[in-house]
Amino acid sequence: MRLFLRLLFRNRLAGFGAVVLGAIVLLALLTPILPLQPPNATDTANRFLRPLSAGHPLGTDHLGRDLLSRLLWGTRLSLAVGFAAALVAAVLGAAVGIVAGYAGGRTDNVTMRGIDMLMAFPYILLALAIVAALGPGLMNALIAVAVVNIPFFARNIRGVTVSLAHREFVDAARLSGLGHGRILLTEVLPNVVPVIVIAMSTTVGWMILETAGLSFLGLGSQPPRADLGSMLGEARGAMISAPHTSLVPGAMILLIVMSINLLGDGVRDALDPRLRSGALARPMAATAVDRDPPPPAQGEGLLRIDGLQTEFRMGARVGRAVGGVDLSLAPGECVGLIGESGSGKSVTALSVMGLVASPPGVITAGAVRLDGEDLLGASYGRLRALRGNRVAYIFQDPLSTLHPLYTVGEQLAEAIRVHHPVSRAEAHARAVKLLDDVRIPNAAERAGAYPHELSGGMRQRVGIAMALANDPDVIIADEPTTALDVTVQAQVLKLLHDLRRSRGLAILFITHDFGVVAQLCDRVAVMYAGRIVEEGPTEAVLNAPAHPYTARLIDCVPELGGGRRRLEAIPGLPPAVDDLPPGCAFAPRCAKAQAECRDGDIALAGRDGRRVRCLYPEPAARAAQ
Amino acid sequence: MSIALQTTDLACSFPVGKRLIGPPRAMLHAVRPTSLTVAAGETLGIVGESGCGKSTLARMLVGLQPPSAGSIEIEGAALNRADPAAFGRRIQYVFQDPVSSLNPRKTVRQILEVPLIRLHGMGRAARARRIDEIFDAVNLRPEFLDRYPHEFSGGQAQRIGIARALAAAARILILDEPVSALDVSVQAQVLNLLADLKAEFGLTYLFISHDLAVVEAVSDRIAVLYFGAVVEEGPAERIFAAPRHPYTRLLAESAPQVGRPLGGEAAGELPDPLDPPPGCAFAGRCARASELCRRDTPRLRPIYGDQRAACHHPLDA
Repeated sequence: MRLFLRLLFRNRLAGFGAVVLGAIVLLALLTPILPLQPPNATDTANRFLRPLSAGHPLGTDHLGRDLLSRLLWGTRLSLAVGFAAALVAAVLGAAVGIVAGYAGGRTDNVTMRGIDMLMAFPYILLALAIVAALGPGLMNALIAVAVVNIPFFARNIRGVTVSLAHREFVDAARLSGLGHGRILLTEVLPNVVPVIVIAMSTTVGWMILETAGLSFLGLGSQPPRADLGSMLGEARGAMISAPHTSLVPGAMILLIVMSINLLGDGVRDALDPRLRSGALARPMAATAVDRDPPPPAQGEGLLRIDGLQTEFRMGARVGRAVGGVDLSLAPGECVGLIGESGSGKSVTALSVMGLVASPPGVITAGAVRLDGEDLLGASYGRLRALRGNRVAYIFQDPLSTLHPLYTVGEQLAEAIRVHHPVSRAEAHARAVKLLDDVRIPNAAERAGAYPHELSGGMRQRVGIAMALANDPDVIIADEPTTALDVTVQAQVLKLLHDLRRSRGLAILFITHDFGVVAQLCDRVAVMYAGRIVEEGPTEAVLNAPAHPYTARLIDCVPELGGGRRRLEAIPGLPPAVDDLPPGCAFAPRCAKAQAECRDGDIALAGRDGRRVRCLYPEPAARAAQ
Repeated sequence: MSIALQTTDLACSFPVGKRLIGPPRAMLHAVRPTSLTVAAGETLGIVGESGCGKSTLARMLVGLQPPSAGSIEIEGAALNRADPAAFGRRIQYVFQDPVSSLNPRKTVRQILEVPLIRLHGMGRAARARRIDEIFDAVNLRPEFLDRYPHEFSGGQAQRIGIARALAAAARILILDEPVSALDVSVQAQVLNLLADLKAEFGLTYLFISHDLAVVEAVSDRIAVLYFGAVVEEGPAERIFAAPRHPYTRLLAESAPQVGRPLGGEAAGELPDPLDPPPGCAFAGRCARASELCRRDTPRLRPIYGDQRAACHHPLDA
């Protein structure tokens, strides 16, 4: 709740709306006890008194009634009717929407077509028809306004419910013995309430206007009772001679509706989880860099990462996703970067080309050098010239990285034409050749297919073709086979392996699977809590792991052919990156941890490319060295 | 040995391209007639790739998906589909995605109380006692009970999901990819927990996964699903070591493994489910396929001991 209020008042306009609306509501609530003149007492001798006359601060109307008193009583009535109509519309509309969305199928179809028909009438005509059928009167105006607004709520809520009804927790509730009614009330409704509140806060103002409109036409409140609409209607005749009689209620309507709308927008922004997490903030074209002068290059390498640190700054919390990573990639080499989720392996990969979203990501130290050129200091134009051209990425989910509205051939051709000034036909021919290179059968025909028409394995081949489009020197593959089935994964890995041999590609392969690393990579680096804890030739690391984390991680992965057995689990959880322990990040889960493991930085030590960040490396590894 | 769970020719198809009036354009056979038997106290592993019908099979077993043919028997009695709560007391389900299977607006205690109230009609004191017991069994600290699901990591959330299944006191659990959303170090914790619970409460598991090594490590027997049908079934220690169906061998050889070179170039993909070829569904990808395979669908038959395969030309051991 406090978070909600803080978010709400962060939006200045919403805060202003809240203050104005609060004042108006307070006045309306206090009206009966304020020392006002009776609102309906006529005094024809004093008609059309100007504002600031004695005894009548806002003047009088055409029957000599006190305008201030009528204004406050009228506001009270208009607000009450508007809120009541909104509440009725929200309750009925939400009920229809939830039931239709949850039931689905025929019920949904019939109900929603009915709602659509209701919506097809112009709203004012429908309201007029309802009032005409029921007779004029404030209650009937309320009913009319509520009915007219039901479709808005029903459609909104149905959309949300449809996505909720197929969530697993609804299935789980069914298995726990809940009937449909209870599932709707206890499982679905609480998740829909924020949407109802948002819809209400943005429509209350509109309903107050509609009620005022009906009263203005004489179909709402009946004389002598005042509401804002009927006051306007009665003042219409004297618009020229006594403009204050229409200006006073008009200004009040303006104030109410404006403050409600400002507040409503604020409520929506504060409640919407997507807006709350800052989705509206557009990320920069390249990751923000805020670092001291870059460290000197530590050695050779086509691609060298030296002391890279990347942080996520979310308000007061700082998540150190990458805490000083050194890694090098020689031409034609395949290096595996292995780690669990949250270990920083993907952020490391994305930092290379400045692809970490900023905000919240900031590169705070280190250098990334491609052939000696520091990419972190490079301009956006320079980065664009290199992205996809010399360094290309393959991502995990090809369905979300390919554009759904263009054929794969068009997308490939576009990737080529960004970096090479060739004709459209030439680019298309190259695209087909690429699809053929990644062993897609009938490449010429498949170039005309849309991403959704291809299977997962075929889409990932297109992803690989896209990465190869400009003959890059380095490919960074971020879990490219994790979403694929094992038989397809084997095909894609074989393809990457062959391409690497035939084209001399250097590959940085990010994965969580030791089996994949073993089959594909020359060297491997193991990451834990944002740092490399061990690196070396693949065979050495897998056969004789030196860091206790690597050793235990290998032990807890079941291996085919191992038979039925108990796995050696690692107790505990990895640390959160915004709350890293001092010293070795693995110490809290490590059986061998000593006091000195927990204080002070531990260096990545070793020689000949076989290095480990541990004070007490595993004995097998020591023997092997 | 008593039978905990038995399906007889259980099948499920979905209409595709519904029309306003008249029959749908095509039927998609997600699960072809399947007969499985799980003995009490046993773990039957089910492996298969995406789209092979393993999740549909699991959802039918707990009544979330009505079968289009066949029958389900639990502990010797046919299941009455009219009463979903009857399913709940006899068989429970652990979901793949631990976070989305927990209602974000309920505390853990509220989530765990539902089956105790609805399925067992327990009073307040009895519920509190039972929840403490269950929470202890899944190694979670009691102060977690009043927190909301988003405050938990994947592994913890999956323990809560398992606790909910235990609360129903069903003796059979369907575990639908219970560890695929978890990191390997946490995956091992949850698999060990499942093994402990099985021993403690005498549970029967149907363990569904796409990860062959995980299934092999936890199962007594394994059934391999391809294109909606069981192609091979047998003891866990033999099925991948000595596969009889060419598809099982392809799966076993495709699994990336330390100390083995990259697998072969197995071309081909699943056949079009809307227009399945006659005969064996694997024939198009199989080196041993003959005319017979493309004409007649092979039936599941005993090959060696209790290892069964649906293949006209089974492999030698």
